[in-house]
Amino acid sequence: MKPLLSARNLTKRFGNRIACHGVSFDLWPGEVLGVVGESGSGKTTLLNCLAGRMTPDEGNVAYETASAGTVDVHRLSEARRRLLARTEWGFVHQDAREGLRMGVSAGANIGERLMAIGARHYGNIRQSASDWLERVEIDLDRLDDRPTTYSGGMRQRLQIARNLVSEPRLVFMDEPTGGLDVSVQARLLDLLRGLVDRFHLSAVLVTHDLGVARLLTHRLMVMQGGEVVEEGLTDQVLDDPQHAYTQMLVASILPV
Amino acid sequence: MPDGAYNYAYLDEQTKRMIRRAILKAVAVPGYQVPFGGREMPLPYGWGTGGIQVTAAIIGRDDTLKVIDQGADDTTNAVSIRRFFARVADVETTTRTEEATIIQTRHRVPETPLEEGQILVFQVPIPEPLRMLEPRETETRTLHALSEYGVMQVSLYESIARHGRIAKTYNYPVLVNGRYMMSPSPIPKFDNPKLDRNPALQLYGAGREKRIYAVPPYTPVKSLDFDDHPFEIETWEQCCALCGSKESFLDEMIVDDAGQRLFVCSDTDYCQERRQEEDK
Amino acid sequence: MLPMLRVSGLHKSFVMHAQGDLALPVLTNVALSVHPGECLALVGPSGAGKSTLLRSLYGNYRPQSGSIQVRHRDDWVELVAAEPRAILDVRRHTMGFVSQFLRVIPRVGAVDVVAEPMVRLGAPIKEARRKAEFLLGLLGIPERLWALPPATFSGGEQQRVNIARSLIADYPILLLDEPTASLDQANRDGVIDLIRQRRDQGTAIVGIFHDVAVRDAIATRTHNVALPGGST
Repeated sequence: MKPLLSARNLTKRFGNRIACHGVSFDLWPGEVLGVVGESGSGKTTLLNCLAGRMTPDEGNVAYETASAGTVDVHRLSEARRRLLARTEWGFVHQDAREGLRMGVSAGANIGERLMAIGARHYGNIRQSASDWLERVEIDLDRLDDRPTTYSGGMRQRLQIARNLVSEPRLVFMDEPTGGLDVSVQARLLDLLRGLVDRFHLSAVLVTHDLGVARLLTHRLMVMQGGEVVEEGLTDQVLDDPQHAYTQMLVASILPV
Repeated sequence: MPDGAYNYAYLDEQTKRMIRRAILKAVAVPGYQVPFGGREMPLPYGWGTGGIQVTAAIIGRDDTLKVIDQGADDTTNAVSIRRFFARVADVETTTRTEEATIIQTRHRVPETPLEEGQILVFQVPIPEPLRMLEPRETETRTLHALSEYGVMQVSLYESIARHGRIAKTYNYPVLVNGRYMMSPSPIPKFDNPKLDRNPALQLYGAGREKRIYAVPPYTPVKSLDFDDHPFEIETWEQCCALCGSKESFLDEMIVDDAGQRLFVCSDTDYCQERRQEEDK
Repeated sequence: MLPMLRVSGLHKSFVMHAQGDLALPVLTNVALSVHPGECLALVGPSGAGKSTLLRSLYGNYRPQSGSIQVRHRDDWVELVAAEPRAILDVRRHTMGFVSQFLRVIPRVGAVDVVAEPMVRLGAPIKEARRKAEFLLGLLGIPERLWALPPATFSGGEQQRVNIARSLIADYPILLLDEPTASLDQANRDGVIDLIRQRRDQGTAIVGIFHDVAVRDAIATRTHNVALPGGST
């Protein structure tokens, strides 16, 4: 079995500033990899480089496609990369507005990926959209409503449905619960946990919240100043942190 | 004699060449919007400057020109444009579709079937079919280049979700030659089937947006739809009050203050032809 | 018969960077092995490293050096410095861990918390839930609590949910950290019976039992953590 995603020596600079440096890892099918760190640690830059949204200055990212072998993500034509992003990959943005069409109904949002790959039966598309709306626990009678009428938590769940309808193998998530109320977060995390398990998703999840990492990820990479300072099994990194920065992060969590 | 104050057909020769090059490119890539250097015309934007520039670039002394506006030869704009070309291009003009070699039209396709050798010039306000869905020009160019037309299908889905059917009745999007999505200009969807494999050459000119596109003769043009909501044209219960036609596109006219309505053919030439046939 | 678990030369220390990189050696040259049907009790004074050793066996703590080998899928797997997915696979199929504290996941009912390890192995949800309910019943959790998330349960109830969760998947190896600490006498006896049953069925168990009576009831051997080597 080959890794699903392989990063080697990823480095990205903005002028003189190093955003991320020398990052390498393999992600295996069924794994959820968390990337934690504080603001400015480089984790979002790393995510964007992995998802082909940004081109690294050094290093490469290899992705094992469903049926076309291994591809170098940054050597793909834009057409192929965009197709990949719409089919085998998902990208969940922190701000749901960036990942949704706010001006069309929830059903249209969810159905878009299907239509983009050639689905042409309205009834079937609508049914698939309904199924997914249910899976993300949004009332079916909201199917024709636009996301402008949704709460933040609902928008985030809609964004997830919009991504998962094409049954992606790899989902990139950028602070998916950021900015949501705690109870809404809890519900969303539980939903994500369930979906990851049920659909055997692999994911790279960027978060600054160690609680989210504990709940959702199998493995963790801790980033500081663009470098990966520690990595390993999530519970091991959080319960037995080796690096000074990780120890500081873990110790900083406010007790409830 | 053409008006000596202007070059033949108003535009200078270099401009005509530039427009002809754009037209050739457009014909070579059916449905693809070719940018061109639109000139200042003696009409403002929104009055058909694109169509006029295309006609001016291709017209010659042997041509016979017909100009219609929403199907009618006798509206103010149709008359103005026809007179303009009569003056600067010294051409025969006509209201008879069969006699014309070039037909410039705003928002309709003639009812009378066209033939090989005829050219239909459309006046286009917004050439980009995706404009209302994606305001960024950079993005729409990318979508066309990559054939990513899901967003248009999404808008049709949305229409069904909101209205129970595809509610778009004019400027109905089409796929040309199986490749480029095109705006057929604001013709009623009734006319869309006429574009499919038409023996005539279709040229589309947008003056304000400065784009030219084309559909060569016999090119497949397919209106977008869903398998379970197939494309349908408009129908009327009434027939034309003047000629009795049941097959043409009818305009609804209010004839008095009491709200009396009449339905008449929008294509004035077609209607007149039918009436003359009957009178025989 | 092959042991299920064998440890040799295990060293573990903690380095507290916030305290000027203060290094605390906890485990020094630990060696032990556990066979199917054995229950090895880790003994030693408080702070000696019993919990540290147990967590190291589970891959939750990272030893500096040494070897922890687990009999997994008919082969030996080295856990020290192993890839995360290797450890996850061992945890999914071979090794269960009952920690002192139940990590509570919001919104998931007790039945589903218990059923999860079995569902992860591919069992149908209905079947897993039925077995979970059975175990919860055995452990004296009232039925009205089964659908509720354990966040509001008492310490003893949470502990029993934890235990049920470790028993549902029939792991060949069980690691138990004070499994009866919060339980009253009646419940404790029930748990002891369950664990003893498993032991007799061939499960290899390593446990920390503060209560001597419990230890005597289940353990077949002891390992003294304070001394290097240390098995008796």
